[in-house]
Amino acid sequence: MKKFILDLTVTSVERLSEKHVLIRLTDAQPLPEMLPGQFVEVRVDGSPVTFLRRPISINFVDRTKNELWLMVAMIGEGTRQLGRLQAGDKLNCVLPLGNGFTIQSGGTALREPFQGGKPALNKPLLVGGGVGMAPLLFLGERLKEMGFEPTFLLGGRTKTDILELDLFNRYGCVCVTTEDGTMGEQGFVTNHSVLVESFDKIYTCGPKPMMVAVARYAKEKSIECEASLENLMACGLGACLCCVEKTTEGNLCVCKEGPVFNTQRLLW
Amino acid sequence: MADLRVNIGALALKNPVMTASGTFGYGLEFQDFIPLDGLGGIIVKGTTLKPREGNDYPRMAETASGMLNCVGLQNKGVDYFCEHIYPQIKDIDTNMIVNVSGSSPEDYAECAARINELENIPAIELNISCPNVKDGGMAFGVTCQGASSVVKAVRQAYKKTLIVKLSPNVTDIAAIARAVEAEGADSVSLINTLMGMAIDIERRKKVLSIGTGGLSGPAVKPVALRMVYQVAKAVKIPVVGLGGITTARDAIEFLMAGATAIEIGTANFLDPAVTIKVRDGINDWLDEHGCKDVHEIIGCLE
Repeated sequence: MKKFILDLTVTSVERLSEKHVLIRLTDAQPLPEMLPGQFVEVRVDGSPVTFLRRPISINFVDRTKNELWLMVAMIGEGTRQLGRLQAGDKLNCVLPLGNGFTIQSGGTALREPFQGGKPALNKPLLVGGGVGMAPLLFLGERLKEMGFEPTFLLGGRTKTDILELDLFNRYGCVCVTTEDGTMGEQGFVTNHSVLVESFDKIYTCGPKPMMVAVARYAKEKSIECEASLENLMACGLGACLCCVEKTTEGNLCVCKEGPVFNTQRLLW
Repeated sequence: MADLRVNIGALALKNPVMTASGTFGYGLEFQDFIPLDGLGGIIVKGTTLKPREGNDYPRMAETASGMLNCVGLQNKGVDYFCEHIYPQIKDIDTNMIVNVSGSSPEDYAECAARINELENIPAIELNISCPNVKDGGMAFGVTCQGASSVVKAVRQAYKKTLIVKLSPNVTDIAAIARAVEAEGADSVSLINTLMGMAIDIERRKKVLSIGTGGLSGPAVKPVALRMVYQVAKAVKIPVVGLGGITTARDAIEFLMAGATAIEIGTANFLDPAVTIKVRDGINDWLDEHGCKDVHEIIGCLE
């Protein structure tokens, strides 16, 4: 998939919570082809203490409005600076990067048209934690579009961590857990009652301990599972080898051979 | 249009802009952004005799105006390179140069000998900042003796253009440069990264998995420039300058200091198309200043 360096225009910046913003971006040209699970390397301007780009996963692509959505958790100087963007500002992005989620074993990419017959997965489960929910919205929308019925399982510490609920509800059934019980079931995602149902495939993105627990659950139930990782990275292109994750095939780059990995390849 | 062609020994470059090892992969990763045949050369990822996994993650830390890295020369070894990577890159229309690392002079020489056999690789760049495992892990390139021993061994095994990449973590880089020139190096490139460190104060731990790492980016430019100037005065062989070059103006500083060519590394992470912009910027500057040939500014300082 071809990569581009684009000066996108901010159409809006929406505050989702104290810590999260949703930045919507557009371009004069049609936005490039992008897949759920891929990410964007965003240049941070106006911040003297930061240097490198920030990798942000693609939250959603609205083709009717030619808009790219990036959900940003403001956890450091770079992301806080992104939170100060306003409509009309420019944002320089390298995109789309990474490998994206797959829909069936053998790794058929989501971009390939569904040929008909019995689908490999009827019931995908998308498990997100915190800002890790972001790429699952795009994934859920694409899965729904292809005729599947996604179930979303979203977890956070408290109710303000559960974001874009109304949007997730459009594409599938939404289950929630919060550690303090202020929304949904109390506890971790791996405790949710929906897990008595059987799923064909699990996709997960969020804090590493959460993904490790989800991967363990998937292994126990022999369900194929893909996790989207986030490692410190510099080039985002697979050239510098800073962002590696240990796998059954040695060190692989989260930015190029990932960020999505079948959890059986990971040494968790 | 100025004439940007330069030579590094027998190596002919269409322009002075090359990419630094470890920052540009094998070139293919950047094909969507720039025409690879627009570069003077691509110096590919460090290659060792045997495969190396490299250091544990985390391998990087952002710094003000730069970054630290401790990647640790992860690569699949020279045999894999020759069999699987070389066929993919051998027809790229620029100088494809292989960076070579090792843990002993014999290692280096054996690796260089195998690359010598590759018809479309016209040069190697020797990374002598590697620790000498037989000398308590001290880098070959921090002493004249260590540097000489490696270059001497490689010169016997490698017949084409030999560029030696110098470490800046030394007291007198000009002395090291003279030592490698005496052993038959065709050129020296400098600087490699400066040794640095970062600490996570919340966890009260070093950020990098091995504690220290190499600093690169704009933060190092003044040090690199000073060293290029000193070395260019000390040796007769051509000097390749690198260290924090982000713009054409940066590149021109290095050319005026005495570099015949330059490498761009970390800047590729901020802008994957920076190399072509720098090349065009050098050309524009020369045009604006009535210079017809880039040699009019190489070493023109004082």
